[in-house]
Amino acid sequence: MRRSRLPFIVLTLVLVFFYLPILILVVNSFNASRFGSGWQGFSLRWYVRLFQEAEIWQAARNTLVIAVSVTLVSLVLGTTSALALHRFAKTRLQRFHYTLIYTPLVVPEILMGISLLMAFVSAGVPLGLTTIFLAHVTFCVSYVALVVLGRLQDFDYAVVEAAQDLGAGWWTTARRVLLPMLAPGLAAGALLAFTLSVDDFVITFFVAGPGATTLPIRIYSMIKHGATPLINALSTLLLTLTFLTVGASQRLSKNKLLEGGS
Amino acid sequence: MKKKLQEIVLTIPSFVWLLLFFLVPTLLVFILAFRPPDPFGGIGAGWTTATIRELARHQYWVIAWRTLWASAVTTAICLALALPTGYAVARASPRRRNLLLMMVIVPFWTSFLIRVFAWRSLLHPEGPVKKILVLLGLASPQTPLLYNNAAVILVMTYTFLPFAILPIYAAAEKFDFRLVEAARDLGARPFQAFRKVFLPGIRQGVVTAVLIVLIPALGSYVVPDLVGGPSSEMLGNKIAQRVFVDRNLPHASALSVVLILAVLAPLLAILFLQRKKEKPEIILEEGG
Repeated sequence: MRRSRLPFIVLTLVLVFFYLPILILVVNSFNASRFGSGWQGFSLRWYVRLFQEAEIWQAARNTLVIAVSVTLVSLVLGTTSALALHRFAKTRLQRFHYTLIYTPLVVPEILMGISLLMAFVSAGVPLGLTTIFLAHVTFCVSYVALVVLGRLQDFDYAVVEAAQDLGAGWWTTARRVLLPMLAPGLAAGALLAFTLSVDDFVITFFVAGPGATTLPIRIYSMIKHGATPLINALSTLLLTLTFLTVGASQRLSKNKLLEGGS
Repeated sequence: MKKKLQEIVLTIPSFVWLLLFFLVPTLLVFILAFRPPDPFGGIGAGWTTATIRELARHQYWVIAWRTLWASAVTTAICLALALPTGYAVARASPRRRNLLLMMVIVPFWTSFLIRVFAWRSLLHPEGPVKKILVLLGLASPQTPLLYNNAAVILVMTYTFLPFAILPIYAAAEKFDFRLVEAARDLGARPFQAFRKVFLPGIRQGVVTAVLIVLIPALGSYVVPDLVGGPSSEMLGNKIAQRVFVDRNLPHASALSVVLILAVLAPLLAILFLQRKKEKPEIILEEGG
């Protein structure tokens, strides 16, 4: 009996649909033409121009500073949260805690952006890099908590009790038992928080105020004002960076797995 | 009690943070919808229902309705594409399956804005899609491809489709495909087997896929802003307009309340339908 080939045809078309726009964008970043209408020869001029744009690099620096601090803080908050949720799963407090962690994930970004803006305006907090940081931590905590919680699911808490019975203090237990076992979860959570912070536009746009600029905000205003070839070049650079990072992390985790197995 | 203390110490950081920066701000949106704006773009003193009453205007109904149907159409298209795709990936050999899964996820490691931008240049009046369509005689040189509802739905589909494929794949991977083969052996046509055996078998994945596309689609702001025109504005655009252009925060709050209700409605409807549906099925299974 022959299987229908329709699903495989749809799959192929979907993959073409996914890759074609990105591919054309990369090709066009090397196109000498200003409007990308037709190929007018290979050129690196957009990359040269890109390196002269001081505003973009300032925005990139802001993005990086925010992303690193957001990753650190949300890692601490997310991990303590996951430990509490795992260890004391059935109490009423934890049920409410879980709802609080889970709900931000299903709320559309724009609602989170507007509510944070209202809160900052009502409390008289001046908008800027600080408010962006506070907003980013708020949506990253949930992701980190759930990733670490997933890792804890196959974690036997008896090990911690055993360590304590054997005389290990609170700090020694955390450092020698908990941390090594949680390391892959923490790394995955950190990577996720970092990526989410770097990529966020909607929430950032609402709480940024007029002065502060991150890379997505800069890209948005470039799109709005029609700096097309520059965005092509910038996108290609970001794309390369993402692939290198992901490739490296994939490699690292594979090596880790092999070490663990031996 | 040592254990209670431990629980509180571990819970406090995230709990207080989300209370301060998530729960309180969300409740604030509801409250501010009943405050008057002040002339400096802030929030005035006193209370008013004028803002809420203004929402009854025709203009808002049009936008709310458009938000609903554009999101529903996007969800339907995503589902129609994700079902065969998820099925095909799940039926591939284990080695190819991982490769295909990676291929579905990889394009979405790029920035969301850049993906929308890529479509903006593709659909540009002098872009490649237009040229091909004109060449094939499918469009006249005057047909606009950008700044309309079709462009918004196309790009929303592009950005949300992987999120629909993943849960469907996850459910299909656990599905026992021998059931489909049995149905075929018993004379079912491929589509019949798909609809009557496969689809009910992965129902949970379908429900997740619908919610994971529908909810963010309802809150769309960037896509209609960048590839839509004035006649494809959604609630998200109106909220942003009230914030950035008119600087009328109470009005933005009132619109956000409408959006919150629009998100809650399908969520509750699906939860309700699921609960209703589950009961008879359990009886059926017990009886069989």
